[in-house]
Amino acid sequence: MSDRVLHVENLTVDIPLATGILHAVDGVNLHVDRGETLCIVGESGCGKSLTSLALMDLLPTKATRKIEKLELGGESILGYSEREMSDVRGNKMGMIFQEPMTSLNPAFTIGNQMIETLRRHRNLSNDAASELAKRMLEKVGITAAGQRLGQYPHQLSGGLRQRVMIAMTLLCEPELIIADEPTTALDVTIQAQILLLLKELQSEFDMGLVLITHDLGVVARIATRVAVMYAGQIVEEGTAKQIFENPLHPYTRGLMRCIPVPGKTKRGTPLGSIPGMVPSLIGDFTGCRFADRCELARDVCRQSDVPLRDPNGKVQAYRCIHSIEMLAKGGVA
Amino acid sequence: MAELMIDAKDVTRNFTISRGMFRGKQQLKAVNGVDLTVERGEVLALVGESGCGKTTLAKVLLGLLPQTSGTVELCGQPINDVPRLALARTIQPIFQDPYSSLNPRKTIGSIIALPMKVQGIADQDSMRRRVEETMDLVGLPPRLYDAFPNQLSGGQRQRVAIARALVNRPQIVVCDEPTSALDVSVQSQILNLLNDLRNELNLTYIIISHNLAVVEHIATRVAVMYLGRIVEIADTDTLFKDPQHPYTRALLDSVLTPDPNMGIPNNQLGASYPNPIDPPTGCSFHPRCVNAMPHCATVAPNGKADGGHYVECHLYDDAS
Ligand SMILES: Nc1ncnc2c1ncn2[C@@H]1O[C@H](COP(=O)(O)OP(=O)(O)OP(=O)(O)O)[C@@H](O)[C@H]1O
Ligand SMILES: Nc1ncnc2c1ncn2[C@@H]1O[C@H](COP(=O)(O)OP(=O)(O)OP(=O)(O)O)[C@@H](O)[C@H]1O
Ligand code: SF4
Ligand SMILES: [Mg+2]
Ligand SMILES: [Mg+2]
Repeated sequence: MSDRVLHVENLTVDIPLATGILHAVDGVNLHVDRGETLCIVGESGCGKSLTSLALMDLLPTKATRKIEKLELGGESILGYSEREMSDVRGNKMGMIFQEPMTSLNPAFTIGNQMIETLRRHRNLSNDAASELAKRMLEKVGITAAGQRLGQYPHQLSGGLRQRVMIAMTLLCEPELIIADEPTTALDVTIQAQILLLLKELQSEFDMGLVLITHDLGVVARIATRVAVMYAGQIVEEGTAKQIFENPLHPYTRGLMRCIPVPGKTKRGTPLGSIPGMVPSLIGDFTGCRFADRCELARDVCRQSDVPLRDPNGKVQAYRCIHSIEMLAKGGVA
Repeated sequence: MAELMIDAKDVTRNFTISRGMFRGKQQLKAVNGVDLTVERGEVLALVGESGCGKTTLAKVLLGLLPQTSGTVELCGQPINDVPRLALARTIQPIFQDPYSSLNPRKTIGSIIALPMKVQGIADQDSMRRRVEETMDLVGLPPRLYDAFPNQLSGGQRQRVAIARALVNRPQIVVCDEPTSALDVSVQSQILNLLNDLRNELNLTYIIISHNLAVVEHIATRVAVMYLGRIVEIADTDTLFKDPQHPYTRALLDSVLTPDPNMGIPNNQLGASYPNPIDPPTGCSFHPRCVNAMPHCATVAPNGKADGGHYVECHLYDDAS
């Protein structure tokens, strides 16, 4: 299956803390095909960023990663050395972070950085690299690209910096882009422009895109498939249509009730909420991690782990003991 | 008659920008002639692109930055005459960017308690109780009382910033991107909380947000800023149903409602944000405006008020 750009099986990330081991990511499976956008959405601290860092082998040093399968473009990259991974990251896998300043070097001009990337990964001459860099900046909608090459990151607005990041990521024509909250820091007008751009470029280059965000509006508009994470696990997965029009897991259903929607939610009336808090993931945990906040919880929910299952084979999988029918009507309680 | 909490007239705030050794200094008009009133109990939203002056205006209203010209009255008193402590009990900010605004060497408990200490509250027990109450209010687990900011996720840090502002229970709260770093379940709790507090205590809010769905849900009135000016202001329903300024329209076009059957909109806001040191002539929005007419490039539009709906755009000039 050459269409599959990313295939991840059983990813686990543990972080040793003074108080015990934090099981930050637990048994995550993911796959992304060419041209597909997988959105990972979920509560702050649920492990979205660690998941993406784990895929790129960029976890904080004290964190340990266990993973059964990690394939990029059909090829396992599990045993790769530090050096080989750094090659993969530049070439096959691109990254875009929320704050582009974390990946742009303030001491070098945009041009220097883009040209350096190209020389390192694509072995181009200075002139060819500079020309390609300029064309890429134009591609992401930056005007006066030639001049921009001579500017330093701090001389650009946040929206422009994020465009530069995208341009830099695209330089090596990756098969997969992992974007962690790429537009969260930007205003909505720029956000719409950047997302539109990402989508256009993705289909032009036929890339896979993993987009991490907590903005359900963004997810609904851009995702092909959605993985909802809660406390380190995927609790529901499905097409955007399934997740937004027919959410099953009580957590997903709860999320949908939390968001204000112009014209639908009435001003001054309370939004839905999910009472309680995410459980501590330090030490062992048995049972459904959402149980303490769930209005449908039963004793069995706490007695053994609940698997992610897709009883009807319809792509929409969920991690809850209840039947689809029960959830579809019962969530309202 | 409604009680005026804030009355700002023709407020301008300039920053002096040095342009390098031989090119001298220039004035950046971050806020450029803003008239604004806020009544008790209102929730006024300030929206507009990054750099348009929202935070600067908020800081002037908070008394944190003196205005370059114009007047600001807070509860009927010129803001420059209100003593610091009284000011802090009246109006409190919640700033965006929880990463830089939290002291990394202080525990969460003491960060939240600081505004109480500043007010001279010394009783350790009642201080701790109030801090814990407030942590609970914003959804911070009590075990984080002794934690440090770097041990918290982005969302948790934002909650700390909110708790710190609420701990003294002020009358006006200025929220600069209060929920932008929060996941939606906490956002809804915070919005519900802000709403509850407003009803119970008749609080007044000024809310700066990039999330127009949030604005639509919580604000009673919306002011749209562009390059230091308020280019449109109206009550929330009017603004969302009948946006008049082309910039407001582009802004509303960019809202991503959670509808999986719709794609990413094209807001047609071509060129990027103009350089505020060297703003465009005429209507400062004209280089990006799909409706621009020839005289938009040369003549600044006069504002036009229709009841509470104010707009600054030549499209609404009276035909003469
Ligand atoms: N370097 C670290 N040391 C200790 N704990 C960490 C570290 N990085 C992350 N964690 C913890 O691991 C969990 C998952 O963090 P992660 O950054 O992946 O969350 P996230 O889903 O990206 O959240 P957010 O939406 O706030 O960005 C959190 O509980 C976080 O506190
Ligand atoms: N201390 C300062 N010195 C110089 N210029 C400043 C200063 N503070 C703000 N500015 C400039 O004033 C303008 C308005 O900035 P402000 O922070 O008020 O914008 P904003 O609308 O809050 O933007 P954002 O949405 O990004 O927070 C910008 O051009 C900014 O660069
Ligand atoms: S497994 Fe139980 S606790 Fe978990 S979501 Fe389903 S009903 Fe709720
Ligand atoms: Mg993250
Ligand atoms: Mg601001």
